[in-house]
Amino acid sequence: MSLVATEQRRTVRKAGYSVISLVAGIALWQLAAWYFGPGLVSSPGTTLQAAIDLTKDGTLIESCLVSLRRILIGWASGIVVGVPLGILMGRVQAIRVLLDPYIEFFRFIPPIAFVTVAIAWFGIGETSKVVLIFYTSVFIITINTIAGVLAINESKLRAAESLGAGKRQTLVSVVLPATIPHVVTGARLALGNSFLTIVSAEIVAAQTGLGSLIWTSRNYGRIDWIFVGIIALGILGYLCDRAIRLIARASLRHYNVKV
Amino acid sequence: MAETVHPPISPPATAALSLRGVRVVFGDFVAVDDVDLEVRPREFLCLLGPSGCGKSTLLALMAGFAAPSGGSIEMGGEPITGPGPELGVVFQSSDALFDWLTVADNIAFGPRMRGMSKAERAPIVDEHLRLVGLAGAAGKRPPQLSGGMRQRVQIARVLANSPDIVLMDEPFGALDAQTRTVMQRELDRIWRERQSTVVFVTHDIDEALILSDRIAVMTAGPEAGIKSVYDVTLPRPRDEDTKSYVDLRHRIREDIAVEVVKSLGDRS
Repeated sequence: MSLVATEQRRTVRKAGYSVISLVAGIALWQLAAWYFGPGLVSSPGTTLQAAIDLTKDGTLIESCLVSLRRILIGWASGIVVGVPLGILMGRVQAIRVLLDPYIEFFRFIPPIAFVTVAIAWFGIGETSKVVLIFYTSVFIITINTIAGVLAINESKLRAAESLGAGKRQTLVSVVLPATIPHVVTGARLALGNSFLTIVSAEIVAAQTGLGSLIWTSRNYGRIDWIFVGIIALGILGYLCDRAIRLIARASLRHYNVKV
Repeated sequence: MAETVHPPISPPATAALSLRGVRVVFGDFVAVDDVDLEVRPREFLCLLGPSGCGKSTLLALMAGFAAPSGGSIEMGGEPITGPGPELGVVFQSSDALFDWLTVADNIAFGPRMRGMSKAERAPIVDEHLRLVGLAGAAGKRPPQLSGGMRQRVQIARVLANSPDIVLMDEPFGALDAQTRTVMQRELDRIWRERQSTVVFVTHDIDEALILSDRIAVMTAGPEAGIKSVYDVTLPRPRDEDTKSYVDLRHRIREDIAVEVVKSLGDRS
């Protein structure tokens, strides 16, 4: 009884701290709004009103859904390409040597540098945005997958060979499952990158999305709308990460995934 | 006499595994030099020696994980070209288990890789779960098991794949003393049930005496080799309190002590 009670008290206390932290944060924000004035900082009240207005006319929800859709498609493609690529690069020396220079070159170039060429190459439609999200995801997933492959205990691979597993069987039945914790880490980092990139991807030639909302608001001088867009990005990112962690915990718990 | 000492070369008519003039060189360092050894069908052979003498290196060669720098290793007259299901390996570390699979699925791994259907695998898995006393843990995963239980899974996983030769690399080396003793007795029982050909690496004289038909004592490295081979004809299960057991242990200990002193002398 006492153990359960202690556990419950701890949960209540943790929730209490979160509330205190949130209230303190909003208070600081309010102070900053008073100090700097509405031209620089939109106050919590104004921002909330703006959020209500943008929700009522449908802009906010639509922006969130459009951005989320681009992020999920680009990020998922990054996983679909990055994981097999990382496994092959981790296991096959020749492939690693061939592709490593490109990975090490492109992963240092931020997606914003490619915004213009992406639009030129893929048009002003959805493709250019999704490609940029894919670009920002794929290297980080590949590199984490390679790290996971290289971290596999040698005796597991030897055991598989000695039990009669061929090369492909070893890849599918041992290397892939043993690499899953690193893949999940890579996917979470890549999702963070995708949120960083979506604003750049939606700067030019986008009529919809949170990035577009932020950039359009700038043209109208609506700092309160910018604040709404920024906060929506943060909340959306947080929710997505929570979703990944929940899904990973529920479906991958046998693969030593700690999230 | 319970044992006889004879020169390392004692080729019987058909050897399960034969090593001739095997040499292992790492750069300038000669780890193993000129090893001749015959593993007889259905015998339990221990490689016994001080740590760092190259016994695990020799075992890795027999498993096909590496090729010797010189000499030859043949199984049934054919050179070993790489690892495969005919050469089962039990590793010292239970890291070799597949943590994401249940105990039953770990044991089924070899038969599954070789294309057996689920229905064909089921009786094999059941038989081997029982053989190592893990019938109650079939659905558990390795991280939930004790060190001793994990090594039982490794043994069952290898035996379920019916290898021609079982190679064991200090499988009980990481276990506590009590578990170790229990596992030695268990393995002795399993071996008597199965009569597989086993090569077992250890630095523990009692472990070798409890399990072996023959004990090959290795010289200290570098340039390690086989010093002498003891036939152990004591009845199984071995009784550690009999005079012949104690005498044999004494002789082997002296034999190894010389090598340990030599290896310490080399370092100073």
